[in-house]
Amino acid sequence: MSSAEVVLYEKKPLPAKLTLIGLALLAIGGALAGIGFTSDSVRASYNLIIVFMWLFSIGFGSLFLIALEHIVGADWSVPFRRITEILAGVVFIVPIVAIPLFINLDQVFVWINPQVLEADKYIKGKAPYLNQDFFVIRNAVIFGLMILFFILLSVRSFKQDVNKNPKASKTSAKLAAIFLPIFAISISVVAMDWLMSLEPKWFSTIFGVYYFAGSVLSTLSILTIIVILLVENGYLSKYINEDHYYNLGALMFAFTNFWAYIAFSQFLLIWYANIPDETLWYMDRSNGAWMIMSLGIIFVRFGIPYLALVTRPSKSNPFRLKIIATWVFLAHYYDLYWVIMPEYAKRNGVDGPVFGLTELSAPFIVVGAVIVVLALLSKGKNLMPVGDPKFKRSLEFHL
Amino acid sequence: MDNKILHSISAIFNTPDEITHAAKEIVKAGYKKFDIHTPYPVHGMDGAMKLKRSPLGYFAFALGATGAVLALLLMWSTMVVSYPNNIGGKPLFPLPAFVPVTFEVTVLLASVATVTSMIIVFFRFPNNSHPLHDTNYMKKVSSDKYGAIIESDDPNFNFDSVKELFEKLGSKDVEPIYYDEDELSVKHNLFDPKFITGLAIIAVTISGITYFALNKMMFMEPFNWMMKQQKLSAQSPSTFFKDGFSMREVVAGTVAKGKMPYLYPDSIDLADKFMVNPLDVNEQNLSIGKAKYNTYCSPCHDYNGNGNARLNGQFPNPPSLHTDKVRNWKDGHIFHIITMGQNTMPSYAQQINETERWQIITYIRALQRALNAKEEDMK
Repeated sequence: MSSAEVVLYEKKPLPAKLTLIGLALLAIGGALAGIGFTSDSVRASYNLIIVFMWLFSIGFGSLFLIALEHIVGADWSVPFRRITEILAGVVFIVPIVAIPLFINLDQVFVWINPQVLEADKYIKGKAPYLNQDFFVIRNAVIFGLMILFFILLSVRSFKQDVNKNPKASKTSAKLAAIFLPIFAISISVVAMDWLMSLEPKWFSTIFGVYYFAGSVLSTLSILTIIVILLVENGYLSKYINEDHYYNLGALMFAFTNFWAYIAFSQFLLIWYANIPDETLWYMDRSNGAWMIMSLGIIFVRFGIPYLALVTRPSKSNPFRLKIIATWVFLAHYYDLYWVIMPEYAKRNGVDGPVFGLTELSAPFIVVGAVIVVLALLSKGKNLMPVGDPKFKRSLEFHL
Repeated sequence: MDNKILHSISAIFNTPDEITHAAKEIVKAGYKKFDIHTPYPVHGMDGAMKLKRSPLGYFAFALGATGAVLALLLMWSTMVVSYPNNIGGKPLFPLPAFVPVTFEVTVLLASVATVTSMIIVFFRFPNNSHPLHDTNYMKKVSSDKYGAIIESDDPNFNFDSVKELFEKLGSKDVEPIYYDEDELSVKHNLFDPKFITGLAIIAVTISGITYFALNKMMFMEPFNWMMKQQKLSAQSPSTFFKDGFSMREVVAGTVAKGKMPYLYPDSIDLADKFMVNPLDVNEQNLSIGKAKYNTYCSPCHDYNGNGNARLNGQFPNPPSLHTDKVRNWKDGHIFHIITMGQNTMPSYAQQINETERWQIITYIRALQRALNAKEEDMK
């Protein structure tokens, strides 16, 4: 690659029908959710939280991966950074999904109900934080910050393709340093607001980290799937080699272990201390069939991905990595379902997990939204950050 | 030179690209026993050398699994078999609490045992020399050059063809490497007495110095707030009260909560008159009565109550319990004697609680009946 004539990347627009595929998936998901909404609007609202949190994972998680790369100065992930930057465009979908939830907040959050507040002094004691006005304001602020940092991190990188300004990368690193603390606080707030406050009596200080670990996994897995599919169909540089894949797999492996570490730490302390305020959340998840799901999450989220990713070939072989990434991506759905739906079951007299057309809508909406964002935002852009000063070096990356 | 034995032929290269190319060519030429030495890990070298995957991972896995099993067995045998204590209402084998320990032991055994087995199996401990040591070749490749060797026991080895190959690959510095005489004559044995003695001396010295340093030179109590606290010690005067007692005596006539004091300490007649044995004659009462009698009464009264017991001679013999006088005493009379004592017999109120006194009386009645059975008992 010493001669300047070598073409590292040739611009090739994504096929036009991709938008149609994405819209079709969105339409199927929307139709399923609509059928669910007419029959049981409460259940549909809980499912919308799953969709919302899943999309939030991908949008905010992408911004995190971009910031991580800038701040540590990583080489290997530069070829994929454009895909991550485009994926971060999901932040525009997240507020749209949140609007119906904001309208129906009282359907899912019991702390809004004045009768519950009167009856329970513990929930009333949390009212200074858990009240509807503050809830809407702080979440709106977080959505605003997400879009602001999408412009600061992604859009500036899109422009770098044209102006080739190497200083832009340095500014990005500084912006990433500002973004990361904001990210850490925001994702904890969102996890507490939308997941933990479903059971307002329960609290766990590590819960934000738990959701963060799952978020990064879901972002990494969808990124891996998209990258491998694009390389297989010749939309990215042919210089992407197995060591690039190896690093994607290794990061996924690391976060799989990190998730298990956090999830187990949360469980161990609560189980050991055995205080009713803290155990109730796990008690809700160990009744009857929920117990099977709770034991299942150990294998779905940790055991199987761990064994699948532990060997070196499984990380560097794109075909195997693609399958494992799909599993990890859907495991995030399992995780969110396990966190959210027991609260629905408890408050609405449903015994055990339910899975119907309403629940089936979530993966369709999420995958459809990701494809639509990918198709629309990639229009007229390079799919690799050709203006990045590290671009050539990153393609020569070897372990 | 002639009597030396050839180990290998070495070649020095100047750039990482050259050495990667050389490795590929050596593989292509069909050599199996060769090695590459570089000052830092060169990317893609294992692919160029066509190295197989190291089996060390399987070693580590097996040892780690052993560690996990050992940790669980240890916790199971201590917490379930040897000391089954209820801790915080948890099950005897609380798996979540054991996960961190199991994890630690797994990692510990896997890492320590892998390094140890690597040293012993692959490095052939305690052999510590290799023909490449102290050669110019090794000096160069550990600073800024890249080197390759082909060993002489390779089946395709031929001095001239190897030298030719290296020179063709562009090496300006091709040198044969010979065994040292020591390496061939001296053989190290793991169980060599000198070696074992040396290890033992090192172990004793180090542990001795450690012991002396930690326990004598710089001993610090890990925490002393339990030992050095202000407290009252039994059998020693206290400065807290003027009379030197460590606590106040109870007010006369105080009755402990839930305890009924003995009602007739002064009058055996009243005891005779009003006290009745409240217990049934059954196997449980008799067996407890027997145990208590054998413990507290039998040293003087003997196991069967005839008064000629193992303390005979040191104390005056008590009267037999089988006389008509004793046989006709009411239960309350005996209860009074156990509670208050009689003649040389002291009070047993501290040692034997009320229920047990009645159980002993039941047992004494059985003893008396045994030596003086009635006609109907024979049925």
